[in-house]
Amino acid sequence: MLKPGTRLKSAVCDAEFMIIKAGASDELTCGGVSLDESTDPVEGNADRMNGCVIGKRYINAEETIEVLCVKTGEGSLYCNDEELMTKDTKKLPSSD
Amino acid sequence: MNIALFLQMAAEACPDRRALSHHGKHYTYAQLFGAAKRAAFHFSTANCKFVSMLDTSSPAAPIALMGAAIAGVPYVPLNYRLSEEQLVPLFERISPAYLISGTRDEAYDFDDWIVQDSADFLHDVLTGEEMDVTWNEDPAAVAVQLFTSGTTGIPKAALLRHEHLVSYILGSVEFMGGLEDEAALVSVPPYHIAGISAVMSNIYACRQIVQLPDFSAREWLRLVAEESVTSAFVVPTMLTRIIEEIDTAKLDPKTFSTLNSIAYGGGKMPVPVIERALKLFPGINFTNAYGLTETSSTIALLDPDDHRAAIDHDDAAVHARLGSVGKPLPSVEIEVRNEDGKQLDPFESGEIYVRGPQVSGEYDGRSVLDNDGWFPTRDAGYLDDHGYLFLSGRADDVIVRGGENISPGEIEDLLHQHPAILDTAAIGIPSEEWGEVVALAIVVAAAHSITEEEIRSHIREHLRSSRVPEVIHFTSELPYNETGKLLRRVVREWFRIEDD
Repeated sequence: MLKPGTRLKSAVCDAEFMIIKAGASDELTCGGVSLDESTDPVEGNADRMNGCVIGKRYINAEETIEVLCVKTGEGSLYCNDEELMTKDTKKLPSSD
Repeated sequence: MNIALFLQMAAEACPDRRALSHHGKHYTYAQLFGAAKRAAFHFSTANCKFVSMLDTSSPAAPIALMGAAIAGVPYVPLNYRLSEEQLVPLFERISPAYLISGTRDEAYDFDDWIVQDSADFLHDVLTGEEMDVTWNEDPAAVAVQLFTSGTTGIPKAALLRHEHLVSYILGSVEFMGGLEDEAALVSVPPYHIAGISAVMSNIYACRQIVQLPDFSAREWLRLVAEESVTSAFVVPTMLTRIIEEIDTAKLDPKTFSTLNSIAYGGGKMPVPVIERALKLFPGINFTNAYGLTETSSTIALLDPDDHRAAIDHDDAAVHARLGSVGKPLPSVEIEVRNEDGKQLDPFESGEIYVRGPQVSGEYDGRSVLDNDGWFPTRDAGYLDDHGYLFLSGRADDVIVRGGENISPGEIEDLLHQHPAILDTAAIGIPSEEWGEVVALAIVVAAAHSITEEEIRSHIREHLRSSRVPEVIHFTSELPYNETGKLLRRVVREWFRIEDD
């Protein structure tokens, strides 16, 4: 089960993630391979290797899942076979 | 979810970038992260319930904050200006602790505690082997515990959990949004929420932090030039002193050409001061940030465009926004309610309520959020018809004269505009006839004079007659704490003494 705060490593690339929000039955994949908490390195699905970038937050259309990329990698993130997109954040002036 | 993730990401993305500067020494993100992991190792093997810091700003503060976060131990920075009588009761509430202290360590030789000099702590964590430590991943673990300043009584321990602080940073700061040559000057003390949020947001933005441990306007200006500072956060009294210093030393504002943004908050900014600052630094982006300890720092912002629009605009409503704290952050909701809990219309004054994932509203394990998650700030204010929030003081400071609620801010704002008045505080004093009446403390501006009668007729001319003070006390200075909060409790004492 994906809990907020859980850290996950991709099995197909260097990417690492942290769960911000997720449903109990959501299944996350990176490069087509499940983001199990401990997986030996494997080859990714070439169609799902568009990359993910450190500091970006990834969400689905309904925003029921939100994942922070904490280390850049070549795999792309899917949740229940839907490709996640980056969440746009309003640029705010620095307040501290 | 752990705030130390911010440092790990910065160390991953730009390990060799300058993270921190203190007394001319510089530290990279890789160095800070390595130190935080070593600190985490020390903290987790120490069997202490808290990590506490009793010192001025130094690299030890961000390292201890992040190290405690990794170890899953609450970090409790304490005010180093407190007397021993004030500190001892706080120590009892965080025992046993791993205490990192400036100079006064002999006095705190408690059983089960580890007391370490800041310099020794820094030496220990900045060198040594790479540490592989187990991270706390519980988002509900307490990251930071801050004792409120206790201006109204016994200090309360406000709890900020990782989930609150992480929500605040992810919602308001862009990762690596800072450029390599940017530097933020941090002069707020490390035990203040603004000091904590400055560390987290600048680390997440990968923007260098320049620490100024003991604020003085001269030193602040010197550091801006020396470290090519690009942004800074100041409390209102600091901005006043910086402007005074520029005036007295006849400094050319061009000397600070690297500085492109200043954020201010932590207390009410007098409108004439910000007007003067905008004229003095036309090229600088000013941002007013309103927030509380219990809300993980900023919840509303008046941004640079709002400042420019307000100063350029003839429309009184737009110009008045210079005295506003702006609009809520995207993830924050703000409501103004009356005493019965009813939501008020624009321009109606009441208590400010706030809701959002960064809002903790929790003291010593006791939540003060209502059933729908709203936090009563105890700040009084109103929203205008465009959603700009205006503060009028603490709800507890409202003067109730014959059943009429008078906000001290209304009288103070008027008098701040008067050229002969440098500073002022309005408070309520007991009255047999009215319950409470207005009393005023006045600081007369240099080379000016004003009589009690002139002050009274000025107020009578602009405000309702109930605002006219019963008693006026002239003084050379008003009491502020070091983060610019007016100590009304002390002002009240003056009038009590005059009574006797």
